[in-house]
Amino acid sequence: MTDLNNKYEAVIGLEVHAQLLTKSKMFCSCANQFGAAINANICPVCTGQPGALPAVNRQAIELGVRAAMALNCQIRNESIFARKNYFYPDLPKGYQISQYEKPFCEKGSLTVRLKSGEQKQFGITRIHFEEDAGKNVHASHGTVVNLNRAGVPLIEIVSEPDMRTSHEAGQYLRALHSILQFGDICDGNMEQGNFRCDANISVRKRGDSKFGTKVELKNINSFRFVEKAIEYEIERQIDLVEKGEAIRQQTRTWNSSKNITELMREKESAHDYRYFPDPDLAPLVISEAWIKSIRSQMPEMPSQVLARFQKDYALSEYDAGVLTATKELASFYEQTAAKSKNPKASANWVANELLGRLNAAGKEIANSPVKAQQLGDLVTRIDQGEISGKIAKTVFEEMFLTGRNPAEIIKEKGLVQISDTGAIEVAIDKVIAANPSQVADYKAGKVKLLGFFVGQVMKETQGQANPGMVNELVKKKLD
Amino acid sequence: MSSLHSLDIQSLLAGYQKNDFSVQEVAKSCLEAISKKNPQLNALLEVSKDRVLARAAELDQKKSDAQRLKLFGVPIAIKDNILVKDWQCTAGSKILQGYRSPYTATTVARLEAEGAVVLGKANCDEFAMGSSNESSAFGPCRNPWDLERVPGGSSGGSAAAVAGSLCPAALGSDTGGSIRQPASLCGLVGIKPSYGRVSRFGAIAYASSLDQVGPLGKTVWDSARVLEVISGWDRFDATTSKAPVPSYSDALKESTLKGLKFGFCKSWLEGVDPAVQKAFENSMQLLKQAGAEIVEIDLPYTKYSLSVYYLIAPSEASSNLARYDGVHYGFRAPEFKDSETLYNRSRGQGFGKEVKLRIMLGTYALSAGYYDAFYLKATQVRKMIQQDFSNAFKKCDAVLTPTSPSTAFKLGEKSDDPLKMYLSDVFTLPVNLAGLPAVSIPCGLDDLRLPIGLQIIGRPFDELRLLQMARVHESLFGVLKHP
Repeated sequence: MTDLNNKYEAVIGLEVHAQLLTKSKMFCSCANQFGAAINANICPVCTGQPGALPAVNRQAIELGVRAAMALNCQIRNESIFARKNYFYPDLPKGYQISQYEKPFCEKGSLTVRLKSGEQKQFGITRIHFEEDAGKNVHASHGTVVNLNRAGVPLIEIVSEPDMRTSHEAGQYLRALHSILQFGDICDGNMEQGNFRCDANISVRKRGDSKFGTKVELKNINSFRFVEKAIEYEIERQIDLVEKGEAIRQQTRTWNSSKNITELMREKESAHDYRYFPDPDLAPLVISEAWIKSIRSQMPEMPSQVLARFQKDYALSEYDAGVLTATKELASFYEQTAAKSKNPKASANWVANELLGRLNAAGKEIANSPVKAQQLGDLVTRIDQGEISGKIAKTVFEEMFLTGRNPAEIIKEKGLVQISDTGAIEVAIDKVIAANPSQVADYKAGKVKLLGFFVGQVMKETQGQANPGMVNELVKKKLD
Repeated sequence: MSSLHSLDIQSLLAGYQKNDFSVQEVAKSCLEAISKKNPQLNALLEVSKDRVLARAAELDQKKSDAQRLKLFGVPIAIKDNILVKDWQCTAGSKILQGYRSPYTATTVARLEAEGAVVLGKANCDEFAMGSSNESSAFGPCRNPWDLERVPGGSSGGSAAAVAGSLCPAALGSDTGGSIRQPASLCGLVGIKPSYGRVSRFGAIAYASSLDQVGPLGKTVWDSARVLEVISGWDRFDATTSKAPVPSYSDALKESTLKGLKFGFCKSWLEGVDPAVQKAFENSMQLLKQAGAEIVEIDLPYTKYSLSVYYLIAPSEASSNLARYDGVHYGFRAPEFKDSETLYNRSRGQGFGKEVKLRIMLGTYALSAGYYDAFYLKATQVRKMIQQDFSNAFKKCDAVLTPTSPSTAFKLGEKSDDPLKMYLSDVFTLPVNLAGLPAVSIPCGLDDLRLPIGLQIIGRPFDELRLLQMARVHESLFGVLKHP
């Protein structure tokens, strides 16, 4: 495909739906909560009862404005809610309240780092508010409509068609995800569907200025799948063009078990949503004063945390980058460092040992069996000489498997480092007595044998002797 | 005490204060009147004797509240497109047959907080679409002044219940004249408040940017009292105003027309029944005698009101009525194959003819390719109509029109000709488009002794002066003796 990839380029734009981390729904006071019992969080408003009316949730607006600020968007002081009309069982009012002609913000940008090390800026066309739909749950006795999600606040973030590769799209998504998470705007849990991505993809010959016919990929629920789906789609489209076939305007979906995209519907069956301004809601006014107060409460953004980690904890850009990949990880690291008071060693333990171990176990930092306090405690025990770095790895593995505290494990397994001069001297005497010829060689000038003696003493003490002390005492005895 | 049901609110409140009768006696009197007259009138679709008597007994236990509460022990009929918890709410449609309200509308909650007794749910045109109450899925309602004739609509049941003395007052809703036109045809005082004056929460939406809930009563004082109770900002309705609510009924004492100017538009009188025209001219004379000045005004764009209304209202309705789909509540077609046939059949069988007509009109007007020419254009002309009125209010303090071009017409007379029916609202529609307050008050009887109504249109949120004007007219013309 390389030749073809030189001949063609892909044009990719992404639409992300992010559920806002509000206490209540967009237009009523029902809880915004994932995983509640079916239809536990519903009321006349979000179930579309006759006569019920929407009332805007200010917290949702504030979180949306945060996103707009983090993505450098221009905020409109007066925007309009519009109705998007269509029939679907999970849509109780027969329309979704959204924004259409006048969204609350437009014209933003997001800069991301690519694997080449290059920084690239992608345009954000607009962000608008809307309410989520419910969910049809298919059960043995038929279909049940669960309206807990109906009316949950969303922002839809629409990018410019600025991406050219699946990698760029993936990095854009990761950066966006991280911003929303750090801003406490969206939980970002893709499996629970609170961060959902649609991708628009077309291909054209390099050098062409006109876009090709686009295909929309819907509801892809992981970064990796987005990348794979885009790669597949680019190849599929190039293939069609090479064969002289027309690309049809379609909506397709990613089948992650077959690793292909599949047709959902043709453009011909596209809806006419009959958008019009919602007469139940006055224009949404976001005053400069409100914007100012929202700005003053803006949480730290990933780039700010990264800079702070480098400055305050003297971490390398690489380590700081790894530790700020997600909000949870950054917060885990900070707790570990606060407990251990050794930021550098904590960074190594979190970034290398813990992440490696989590990765091997297929776990996320949020479900880490080792808690930040425990890991910080472990680092402290190394620093205080209670255990050696080597023993610490054994202790860590045990902590990871059982979730127990390091002190307990060290005590139970008798892993406390021997720093008692007398005990170490007894071991040294034993080793000297058992190796007379090596002692003679050493005394004759073969000083490299020092390492041999230290090793033997460590073996004698099952690795628990303080290596620094052993070194010192062996030398003293033999010299 | 058999005539308690025909007392007006003011007399009821005075009677309670003097301990002349109990709430239970009044409630029983109303219930008796209902069982006697409602079978003919079909004004009320649901009456719950148990709930009414229980509420009356509860109020009698708290007699001391009679001094404090603005509507203590006043039985009120509620149009069946306004929700009252546990009562049915059908909006006159088969698609909501059997639907029980899971919550209470803000207006009704406010009435109850002031001691009112919900007496029953009043018949209305299906989803408030109609001017004769004939589009109700539960049969037409009849005019107490002449049982062969319609009470007007869409709040026909509310008007017939009050005019027929089943109760002293009722709530209606007005999207294009649905309170004022039946008030006119039944000889009542009906108020369409300024848009945003009264909460729409719990009132079934027909056209959200036009709908307002309001009272129908026998006197200006009664309607003013109900209006002041239901008015005011509501956190559940984002379109309500925070403007303070004066005590309208108390302010009526200070009613005067001195120095006030009324505007009227000569061209509007063309094609109006001669009897209506005569009564209208008589009213102008009365107002003049009371010290007001009458000036001629021009409202050039209001001639487009009917066209504008029949684009905007159906457009909003097509979306507002999408929720009646047979999935979540209400009527569901007995047989269907999939969600598509479930929708089509439930809506096809559940909605009546007029509702389907308007849904189709609205769907068309909002469709891609037609939106700009229809819906958008209509919203632009609507602004010009609003401008017409603000220009007029530079020359006068209120605008006078007949409420309806004719008195009550016979059942079936216009029901096959939608355009003829739509013309019943030609004087009332512009008021909704402009968001203004207006009141219809009785101003005469025709040769058949059928009531004629006068419409007074006020400045936005100027209900106080509007009602004072109406009160002066009432004091000169008198109150009709209801059949």
